[in-house]
Amino acid sequence: MTSDQILKRLPYQDPFLFVDAIEAISLAGITGHYTFKHDHYFYIGHFKNNPITPGVILIECMAQIGLVCLGMYIMKDEISTHDNPKIALTSSQVDFYLPVLPGDKVTVISEKDVFRFNKLKCKVRMYNAEEELVCRGQISGMISL
Amino acid sequence: MALETLMDVLFLRKLANRRITMKKEALIAQLKDIVQPYVQNEEALENLTENTDFISDLKINSANLVDVVLDVEEVFDIEIDNDAMEKMLTVKAAMEIISAKLDEK
Repeated sequence: MTSDQILKRLPYQDPFLFVDAIEAISLAGITGHYTFKHDHYFYIGHFKNNPITPGVILIECMAQIGLVCLGMYIMKDEISTHDNPKIALTSSQVDFYLPVLPGDKVTVISEKDVFRFNKLKCKVRMYNAEEELVCRGQISGMISL
Repeated sequence: MALETLMDVLFLRKLANRRITMKKEALIAQLKDIVQPYVQNEEALENLTENTDFISDLKINSANLVDVVLDVEEVFDIEIDNDAMEKMLTVKAAMEIISAKLDEK
């Protein structure tokens, strides 16, 4: 399964798709990026007259690239014949260091920790365009057919 | 059989039975420690028995059930395959699987 095929099969769409491209992918990990649009609906409320990307959205971006894309790649042989794999976020422990503003491009790097019995656990880091660490943590999810 | 010999046999059998019970209790205690971080229902954990079900009684979610299996592998230095994983839904089933894997070693 190529990076393009993975992107096409992601079960998300605007306004909740937070993956632009996959730069590198292997059974051990993935690197991908996303640029936050200025007109995302959540900037209206987070915060009033002071738009900053919510931490939960950063976690979502990390999970979409670091777990879902990687999980689909790891399970590519099983998935290729099925329509929609079932996915669920099951835990996240993330520390935040820098804010992400509208228009910022972030790069997500995820390293597989464990993939057993359909559970994928990864160490995930997010960097901004200046290559500064934005947030990092451990995220887990389940993927099955 | 002389009475004394019979007494010896009975005593040894009793001792063996006690040893099995103790082994079983120790295993239950070890399992209790392993599942503790993943349990939603603390009361069910307090009253944990062989018949306790990981999902319906302890309310462990499927992702944490995987963690339980991974922890069991580490603590007992055994490997759990997919078939065993699918069966490991109660304390009793876990004990049987662990004992069988330990006997294989």
